[in-house]
Amino acid sequence: MPQSYTEQISKYLSRFTVGIAGCGGLGSNCAVALARCGVGKLVIADFDIVTKQNLNRQYYFHDQIGRLKVHALRENIQRINPVVSVKAFDLKLCVSDVIELFACCDVIVEAFDKAEMKQMIIETVHTQMPGKYLVAGVGMAGWGKSDIIHSRKSGNLIICGDEVSEVSDALPVLAPRVGVVAHMQANEVLEILLKDFSPVSE
Amino acid sequence: MKIVLNNRVEDFESDQMTMTELLAVKKFTFRMLVVKINGELIKRHEFDHKTVKDGDDVMVLHLITGG
Repeated sequence: MPQSYTEQISKYLSRFTVGIAGCGGLGSNCAVALARCGVGKLVIADFDIVTKQNLNRQYYFHDQIGRLKVHALRENIQRINPVVSVKAFDLKLCVSDVIELFACCDVIVEAFDKAEMKQMIIETVHTQMPGKYLVAGVGMAGWGKSDIIHSRKSGNLIICGDEVSEVSDALPVLAPRVGVVAHMQANEVLEILLKDFSPVSE
Repeated sequence: MKIVLNNRVEDFESDQMTMTELLAVKKFTFRMLVVKINGELIKRHEFDHKTVKDGDDVMVLHLITGG
């Protein structure tokens, strides 16, 4: 019996590896979305631990407070899709880590919090890993204003977000808007991975 | 000169501009920027002497905290 369209997509995606740089609001939600679709392998990296304040937007649970994010996220992903392979690295990424850990990835998702780290990975991938796709998340604080969240391309760099809403004491991050950007990033990853896919009809 | 800036066609009076001038005119005065001219990454210390001319494809990305 021929496989369903969704099953064919999941099987096709199982050959790919996606890197997730940062496992906070963007990274955790993006990783889960990609795991649900059937991406074969996820390489996840973050130095941080789960705190109560994270739970308003990050894909963790109350009983995971205090644990390393990469371990908690790997556990959550395995519970959703046991077939996905997850390589977890609990470290703060530097230039050489980016190059080494994400060398095998078909696409890298930039999911850092700090602007300096976003700049570091964009420049490193551009100069040291030419041809590698990088999907960055820039501008997602606050609520509402869904219409200004967009995605644009520049070579192999894809930028998702509104590019203006910076996180501050006056403008917090919340699940809905962060989730929109995280899922937009996952959607852009799928567009890259599925570009040569064509379904086999019954 | 006519250039593409962040995927939009834009017209300027001058035949060419330094990156510093272009960023000032377009009010991209932020501290953290990633800038590319025709796919080549331009670092901040190069802004004064790298020029943008007719037909160039420019990307300017303002990096902000949050994620």
